[in-house]
Amino acid sequence: MTTSKKLILNSAWCKGCGICVAFCPKGALELKDEKVQRKEDTECVLCGMCELRCPDYAIYIEEKDDEEARNQWVMSY
Amino acid sequence: MGNVVLMQGNEACVEGALAAGMRLYAGYPITPSTEIAEISSVRLPQEGGKFIQMEDEIASIACAIGASVAGVKAMTATSGPGFSLKQENLGYAALAEIPLVVVDVQRMGPSTGMPTFPSQGDMMMARWGTHGDHPVIALCPSSVKETYDLSIRAFNLSEKFRTPVLLMMDELVGHLREGMELPNPEEIEIIDRPTVKYPDPKRLPYHMKAGQLVPQMAPFGKGQRYNITGLIHDESGFPTNSTEEARKMMERLMHKISDNYDYIKDLATENMDDADIAIFCYGGTARAAKSAMDEARAKGLKVGIFRPRTIWPFPENELAEASRKLKKIVVAEHNFGQMLLEVQRVVKNNCPVSFVGKWNGGVITPSEILAKIEEA
Amino acid sequence: MVNRGDVKQKDKQMSNLVYKYMRPEHLPHIWCPGCGNGIIMRDVAQAIENLGLSRNNTIIVSGIGCSSRAAGYLDFNTIHTTHGRAIAFATGIKLANPSLEVIVIAGDGDISAIGGNHLIHAARRNIGITVIVMNNNIYGMTGGQYSPTTPKGAFGTTAPYGNLDRPFDIAGLAYGAGASFAARGSAYHVQQTINIIQEGIHHSGFSLIDVASVCPTYYGRKNKSGSAVDMLKWQRDNMIPAEKAAKMEPEELKGKLVLGILHQVQYKEFTYAYDQLIKRLYQEREENE
Repeated sequence: MTTSKKLILNSAWCKGCGICVAFCPKGALELKDEKVQRKEDTECVLCGMCELRCPDYAIYIEEKDDEEARNQWVMSY
Repeated sequence: MGNVVLMQGNEACVEGALAAGMRLYAGYPITPSTEIAEISSVRLPQEGGKFIQMEDEIASIACAIGASVAGVKAMTATSGPGFSLKQENLGYAALAEIPLVVVDVQRMGPSTGMPTFPSQGDMMMARWGTHGDHPVIALCPSSVKETYDLSIRAFNLSEKFRTPVLLMMDELVGHLREGMELPNPEEIEIIDRPTVKYPDPKRLPYHMKAGQLVPQMAPFGKGQRYNITGLIHDESGFPTNSTEEARKMMERLMHKISDNYDYIKDLATENMDDADIAIFCYGGTARAAKSAMDEARAKGLKVGIFRPRTIWPFPENELAEASRKLKKIVVAEHNFGQMLLEVQRVVKNNCPVSFVGKWNGGVITPSEILAKIEEA
Repeated sequence: MVNRGDVKQKDKQMSNLVYKYMRPEHLPHIWCPGCGNGIIMRDVAQAIENLGLSRNNTIIVSGIGCSSRAAGYLDFNTIHTTHGRAIAFATGIKLANPSLEVIVIAGDGDISAIGGNHLIHAARRNIGITVIVMNNNIYGMTGGQYSPTTPKGAFGTTAPYGNLDRPFDIAGLAYGAGASFAARGSAYHVQQTINIIQEGIHHSGFSLIDVASVCPTYYGRKNKSGSAVDMLKWQRDNMIPAEKAAKMEPEELKGKLVLGILHQVQYKEFTYAYDQLIKRLYQEREENE
């Protein structure tokens, strides 16, 4: 189980709207071939603004793997 | 022996529904069904149920469907104009397979028509009112006691087959007052929908196990999370564009009714064994038909009555078989000839079919039926 | 055939929030690139997470239109009903079981045109459901016709010469109809909108949250409003917090949208009142026996 934060990009779900790019306070994202990616030589401070405004859930800050917790939710009524 | 009481048709409808387990009524005032709402508003909270007067007819049926989804037996009642408005959501309940009872106390139409005058002009709307092919069960009572009994049966059928059931009353029966014997509660058969007992996240909500009539239903809020939609869906309850899944779903919906026709059918025949002439009637017209039959019998004419209490699905085979032995069928109904079309379709050339209709707000009299019986 | 539980988080990358409250097997969703609805649906999930609501006790009801697809993506008991009627279905569910949290997700045409009657009467009745409007000022699903919230003069496929109608303020409409909670959020103001949705769900009576969405595909294109980014920037620059707006002149607020809880009072909730009635009748009967 990881507990450190990291930025995850899921290009399969990215529709290339550019919202995360426009509102990233550090200018740390860019679009290439209509998909989001990290911009070279920029700093990501893991603020999570991109995750809040991504309409497609294609970018987010991962804190830990919650597979087990999900299974608990599924099984608990 | 139960209690003998004096009751109005509309009141019997409510008391039957309560006996069947109705615990929510959503309605909108409309003549001549309003007493059903009024009496429900008095009786339901006494039984721990709820009455709500919604803002319109569409909201009323939507509210009743919502309550049913949450596991409560629900009913709405209306009359012609309101029945027109309910059609879209009636189709929703048929497709999503939500049990529900909808009462239509028919009045003279079209449009606002003659609100306080009887009619049976909604019979084809009951069958074909909502868009798209869909299964239909519709029941027609002709007395106060029958209204009580069929109100219970409407709930039982809707629960058993997970489908909306129509109780097609008419102004004559709705406003009729007569004595009836209330059955003892323990004598009443009550059917509840097949329900999911233990939630299972892997369960497909519209999956049927072998031997099941319909998929088990899970009331909202009891642990089985799933999706309900008015889109064509597969067993998972989610929309599908697959023509194969669409075909499967439509055929299952239609066949759950047609395959169980023998259970659903309810024919009240009288003197049909030796009859040469049959009066085909249903609902309120049955009363004039009975007098006409008695008068004809007194004159030595062999007349019987063929009266479906379950009018949809239509008793095709039963009527076709009867017609082979008959010299004539007289169809009596308060409209321009609606069920007449079904009778003609089924009887074909087996025997002549004649028609006594009324479309002026008036009531068909026994002598009018008798005249058709005696016509060469 | 797909069903919940078939997709593992590690197979498809997604956040814990999406994994917990949505049905990943049905994602990515059908909404267009840059559509505000996805942002607002996430806000709803986050508000539910923050409130700690039970997934089994929470019901999502939707009508017809782009917004209505939210019901299919959220992992609760969900019901996708008929056009405009979500509130009426929700009323039945809440009446049948008042312990349920019933949340309606609707669109602007859905809730204020075809479903306008249900909106005003549910507000008046103060039944304890929460209505979240994904307000994109247009009928998106059918391809860009003008809706009751399309501004005067704006274009739609059925307003080729500019809209002649004046638009509804849906939050104001709910307030006028007697809603005990009326608020406005936006796709841009995520944190504020999550808080407002939380307050709305927590509120015991009827609550309505009109959330300004963006429709770059139809509204944006027809009205030269630019991209989704440009439309969100408009929200950033033209929405005024309610506290600040209270101190401004009507003239200054022209062309702006007020953000926040616009109205909140406490009245007796409808299903609570009905349950009290049932109790009273039981007591009276016991006393008479």
